[in-house]
Amino acid sequence: MTGHALVIGTRKGMVVARPRDDGGWDADPMLFSPSPVTAVAADPRTGRLLAAVNNPFWGVSIAVSDDLGRTWSEPAREADTAPIAFPERTGAALRDVWQLRFSPTEPGVVYAGAEPAALFRSEDGGMTFRLVEGLWNHPHRPSWKPGAGGLCLHTVLPDPADPATVTIAISAAGVYRSTDGGTTWTPRNHGITAKFLPDPPPEFGQCVHKVDMHPSRPERMFLQHHGGVYRSDDAGGAWTRIDAGLPADFGFPIVVHPHHPDTLYVLPLNADVDRTPAGHRYQVQRSDDAGATWRALDKGLPEGPCYASVLRDAMCADTLDPAGIYFGTRDGWVYASRDDGETWTEVARHLPDVLCVRAVTR
Amino acid sequence: MNVTVRLPAALRDLVGAPAAVPLDLPADATVGDALAALDAALPAIGRRVRDETGALRPHVNVFIGADNIRDLAMLATPLKAGADLEVLPALSGG
Repeated sequence: MTGHALVIGTRKGMVVARPRDDGGWDADPMLFSPSPVTAVAADPRTGRLLAAVNNPFWGVSIAVSDDLGRTWSEPAREADTAPIAFPERTGAALRDVWQLRFSPTEPGVVYAGAEPAALFRSEDGGMTFRLVEGLWNHPHRPSWKPGAGGLCLHTVLPDPADPATVTIAISAAGVYRSTDGGTTWTPRNHGITAKFLPDPPPEFGQCVHKVDMHPSRPERMFLQHHGGVYRSDDAGGAWTRIDAGLPADFGFPIVVHPHHPDTLYVLPLNADVDRTPAGHRYQVQRSDDAGATWRALDKGLPEGPCYASVLRDAMCADTLDPAGIYFGTRDGWVYASRDDGETWTEVARHLPDVLCVRAVTR
Repeated sequence: MNVTVRLPAALRDLVGAPAAVPLDLPADATVGDALAALDAALPAIGRRVRDETGALRPHVNVFIGADNIRDLAMLATPLKAGADLEVLPALSGG
């Protein structure tokens, strides 16, 4: 390891934080202010960083860094076309990019999840993207309804072995999966119920907040729903609830440990009453048995009361062992654990509300 | 007819565009026609002023003299020969 950084995307710019030898963190000056930085991804092969920067006046662009976030460039700044844009024939306009994800199997391939809900694919390392037409033309799409955060495609999980297989999630349409390179997409929401859905629940329309999986066991997926944490052992074919031991079943992020496929993390929020941390304390809940039991991890986190929530991409893991786990809050505080979540330290405070965090090591 | 589109520093500095872009338009041209011509002449500017559908981005304003086209007929606002269109980022946000 030659360097490690935590990239923090906020409602008004980006901060990159770096660990000190004494266990604390130093934060670089704010970048891209006042533009929201809505998605960040690190290339697992090179450590290259991509960030979606939504200039409030001029629209979304993609920024690139090859030095752990110290310097950034905008390769498409003078280009005639934006790096991510809807084709004119769609009649749609890009509002935001909420997810960037490098393919684990195809060098140079990057996916982008957009609002309005659409998947884009780049084959040149994220410089230019094309709409994945198969999902855009899905017969369900006219019936998809937005969640409170808009009709956004917020999760992209490329299969770790098969480049033709990709799982995505949309609020509030649910999980869809393609096994033919994005030509056709099948809803994968069986078993996900909610108070706001009819009984039996529909084929799609679930308010999926986030999905994650471990690359060594891609058929086992974990999902945070708007009410309910779920596991699937057949890549989303059927979902079962695993939230019996949690203090609240609502939340936004869900993160799988980088080295233990049955270890996962959530951050429970009270819902739908006030959507604040359960117990009015930040408590990261970890399960080491794929959701059968849970344990609260809060050593080093503030005593509270805490009333700010944590958004779906504002929690992440790094690739180290023991793993670093990170989360940022809507009132602009960021916390890190360098020991699988056992103990926590403050990374930054008083930032704008945190939209996403991503750790990078190279 | 000839009209001029004036660009704010925050926009022209992004791509090295001039402060004023002269356009030669038909006599019945509208603001929408002018922005389409701006896009054809300087696409890197045009895509930042209008979205993919051709709509004016929500936090961009275009003034003809002292008049905001949002108070007129938006992109359908007719132009007169010699008009000055000023593109400005809106004072918005929080």
